[in-house]
Amino acid sequence: MLLTFTVEFIFMTTTNKLSNQEALISYLLRLADDRLILGQRVSEWCGHGPELEEDLALTNIALDLIGHASALYELAGIVEGEGHDEDHFAYFRDDADFTNLQLCELPNNDYAFTIARLFLFSAFGYFLYEELQKVSNPQFKGMAEKHLKEVKYHLRHSRDWVLRLGDGTEESHKRIQDAFDEIWMYVGELFFMDEVDEVVLNDGNGADLSSFHSKWKTLVEETLTEATLSVPDWEQFMMTGSRNGMHTEHLGHILSTMQFLRRSHPDAVWK
Amino acid sequence: MADNHSNNNAEWPLWEVFTQPKSGKPHEHAGSLHAVDAENALQNARDVYSRRNEAVSIWVVPSDQITASTPEDMGSFFDPASDKPYRHPQFYSVPRAVKKRT
Repeated sequence: MLLTFTVEFIFMTTTNKLSNQEALISYLLRLADDRLILGQRVSEWCGHGPELEEDLALTNIALDLIGHASALYELAGIVEGEGHDEDHFAYFRDDADFTNLQLCELPNNDYAFTIARLFLFSAFGYFLYEELQKVSNPQFKGMAEKHLKEVKYHLRHSRDWVLRLGDGTEESHKRIQDAFDEIWMYVGELFFMDEVDEVVLNDGNGADLSSFHSKWKTLVEETLTEATLSVPDWEQFMMTGSRNGMHTEHLGHILSTMQFLRRSHPDAVWK
Repeated sequence: MADNHSNNNAEWPLWEVFTQPKSGKPHEHAGSLHAVDAENALQNARDVYSRRNEAVSIWVVPSDQITASTPEDMGSFFDPASDKPYRHPQFYSVPRAVKKRT
């Protein structure tokens, strides 16, 4: 019995190699889920921004992120070839199917936390999209070119706010430092890579995250230092598992807000 | 942050925004907005006044740096020009010889 099981197990692990197509679908969904969930979070500031102008800026960024997600989902649907559109992926999957980073689903808390998260993610997205400029799928490549321009702006905007808050008042300094301290255990996952990444990378449709890990760290460290903030410990405990559908309790709540309308009216269309 | 911003409840300073619709065209006043500093004003201007592709270049100026004429100035500033039509090129008729050459 045990022998059969072992044989089966070896058989499975050796033959169940991900195909290029399967890997690319998973890869696109991971990228899209990050952006949809973070976009949804940032959009919560709409009408609640600290100033009208910042409200607009954050709403703009949220829309950019949701736009990126939409394009990525659409492409995932095309690669999959089963007639699934972006709405299917956004509204009709459950939390365990979502493979976004936990970093993206955490509540906004305060403005400082929103900015700290946006800065870390945008800096990551900036280097990631730079790598993705070389992908072989033409639709993916076109998308990467367009998104990079927008991500550059997200990085510039959020980085400036990290500097202003860090080097601002006692209160703003404390809040942004607290934000980075709190968020730190979620940054380890940014550079998680598995078979999905390997397969798409070999197929010319992915990015080697390790190639820009140190550049990203340097940018983060330099920014925090310039903002008179202390850099939390890179070696501290880091969360894992979101690329395989493990999430914090916050994802279910954000999905229920985001998905209920669509699920109540599954056949509704925009006219 | 700006020194004049120690009061948390104070509004951010006001900035005037000028956008250039095409290169070679003059920058035109687009409106105003609040921002904490020049870079922030530029970014806010981008989001408020160029989100529909209206600009290729943006200038921002602190509103309090603009010296403006007042309504009381109207008479002495502008009225004297109203009876001097010879300041318009159309006032002059072009001699026939010049017209022929063109």
